[in-house]
Amino acid sequence: MILLDKYMAAGRGVLPLDSAAKGSRLLIVEIPPGRSRMQLIRLGILEGEAVRVIERMPGGTVVIEKNRREIAIGAVLARTLLVAPIRFDHA
Amino acid sequence: MHSHAVKRAPREHVEKHNHPGLAPAARPIVALVGNPNVGKSLVFNYLSGMYVDVSNYPGTTIEFTQGRYKEFDVFDTPGVYGIGSFSDEENVTREIVLQADAVLNVVDAVHIERDLFLTMQLIDMGKKVSVLLNFMDEVEALGLQVDAELLSQTLGVPVFRTTATKRRGFDRLDEAIEQARRGRQDAALHHKLHAMLAAVGSEAEALLVLEGNETIAARHAVASGTEREAIAIDRRNRVNRIIDVVLIEHEGRARLSATIGHWAINPWSGVPMLVAALYLIYLFVGRLVAQDLVKFTEVKLGQELWEPWVRGLVAPYIVPSSWLGTLLVGEFGIATMTVTYLLFLLLPLVVAFYAALALMEDSGYLPRLATLVDRALNAVGLNGGAVIPLILGFGCVTMATITTRMLGSEREKRIAVAILQFAVPCSAQLAVVAALLSGAGFAAMTIYSITIFATFVALGTVLERVLGGETTPLLIDLPPMRLPRLDNVIRKTAYRSYYFMKEASSWFFLGALGVGVMQITGLLDVWQDLLAPVTTGWLQLPRAASRAFVMGMVRRDFGAAGLYQLPLSAPQIVVALVTITLFTPCIASVMVMVKERGLKEAAIVWSGTWIVAFIVAGLLSQLLI
Repeated sequence: MILLDKYMAAGRGVLPLDSAAKGSRLLIVEIPPGRSRMQLIRLGILEGEAVRVIERMPGGTVVIEKNRREIAIGAVLARTLLVAPIRFDHA
Repeated sequence: MHSHAVKRAPREHVEKHNHPGLAPAARPIVALVGNPNVGKSLVFNYLSGMYVDVSNYPGTTIEFTQGRYKEFDVFDTPGVYGIGSFSDEENVTREIVLQADAVLNVVDAVHIERDLFLTMQLIDMGKKVSVLLNFMDEVEALGLQVDAELLSQTLGVPVFRTTATKRRGFDRLDEAIEQARRGRQDAALHHKLHAMLAAVGSEAEALLVLEGNETIAARHAVASGTEREAIAIDRRNRVNRIIDVVLIEHEGRARLSATIGHWAINPWSGVPMLVAALYLIYLFVGRLVAQDLVKFTEVKLGQELWEPWVRGLVAPYIVPSSWLGTLLVGEFGIATMTVTYLLFLLLPLVVAFYAALALMEDSGYLPRLATLVDRALNAVGLNGGAVIPLILGFGCVTMATITTRMLGSEREKRIAVAILQFAVPCSAQLAVVAALLSGAGFAAMTIYSITIFATFVALGTVLERVLGGETTPLLIDLPPMRLPRLDNVIRKTAYRSYYFMKEASSWFFLGALGVGVMQITGLLDVWQDLLAPVTTGWLQLPRAASRAFVMGMVRRDFGAAGLYQLPLSAPQIVVALVTITLFTPCIASVMVMVKERGLKEAAIVWSGTWIVAFIVAGLLSQLLI
């Protein structure tokens, strides 16, 4: 989480996944407990992992990419996942 | 490698607890296990040849296939991301894995990071495993490199490279089965397993109990573990460490298939693609099969060949006008109309629809379609996954009602079944509706479509509110877009069509029998007379239309066809068609609904369709006529 603290310190806020812009790279910050959490862990989407938004539908359904894999996340779930945008110009 | 030869393991604990489904067999069991869309079925088809058995797993609604290869019984399992109890698919895969003597774990080498999670779990379970590293051709095409030897050493199980689509590497499947062995379990986990072993009998089950699997814990009357998440995260980290050393990435190249995949989920290009896909399905199923082919099979084979033949067959023994004759070979006879309907109308349609579905599924388009429409379906309390039963409903509502099993929750099944039964016209009916509407003009067509669509949305919205609870969120791993393999599409279509006919046929017979009895006893006329005042007064239709409505109970298209003979004005056609579309689906779909959803719920939906149909059509009638 050191990485995350750095971004927070740089003034980059944490936002729900459904508000992230298409094409942005994100750090997963928080996955709420529940049935979907376990499924996400199995798929390799954990806190601290980096993903990229490849599509964001009107209404908030999001498709993220991680290591050549594309995962569609419904609007209801995307709203509850917290992420932090990664900006390479600060890295 | 005889020291590793796969033999039938001692089965005391298995038999003692009487796992459902698999009869205790002397033949060793080989299970094909893997994530969805990794090519398991291709390996299975190769091993088992043509002689396979598709069946429902007892106590569940999930189908699985079983075949024989040499001295082994081979099982194809539903694709899962882990062994657990999150869904019916997982339950079936779990039970088969627990009984397997060897596991062939099919791994998608391109997405190895995702797939190894399951591999590690199988190894932690202490199962004998061989890994088939599939899609090796794509790995090379993508500029990736997977070190199979290093992977084998790290996992402690043999790893074989395959390209299932080209049957490359399949010559070593024998070795893969023979050499399957226990891999390197996580040391700390292994230690904990042994403490549990005495209570539950097998390492595999001990692990599942540790992972908090309540089903297995209950089976052995022990407390389920509380470390599910810790174990999963630890396993995920172990997988990531392995990936770091075995996977070498060169420069990434964008593939055409990936680009098409992105187009499919981009709203601007995705919606036109969806329209194009639906139009192609319509051309294939709606035109080619439903109209041209069925016209031939239903009339020529059914009504002109089969029905006279079967009438001639029973004529010497049974008087056709007797009650038995009416039931058997009368207008709605179970040997005449029902057989024609099932074999010469429904079967071609079902095959065509399942083929279209298999093509969409195997190409990877279906999950993208589900993603595209997810938000829209949220509005009626469903998620994108419900797009499958809804599309199938336009083929056959009975078929679609069975498919609602795959939905995530009871609430979603309930909503989907209700929408199907109320507002989705099946293909048999659509053909007649289209014919009548095209005669009534563009305005009639528009009013009809808007009314049905509005009812669909209103019904979904009301159910969403009334039923409470939350919609299961969409969470799917999108498989790469691929060209479907024809043999796999054919197999899938054949399995599913066979399975559907096997399951649904009896309901069609029973339904026809019921209506036959109503006809003999005069109940059919009573029903018609009951409806007549509503038909003439409220709907402002000719009295004879009520006969068409009642006929609609037998077969939806009969209801519509009965309207052909009536002298109706354009507004009357709209009112009549809205009525028969909204109200009671065919009797077979009601029977299947009773089976899937229970008598009470089915009765509510069934009576609801009558009420809604007459209210909506009546209001329309007051406005139009």
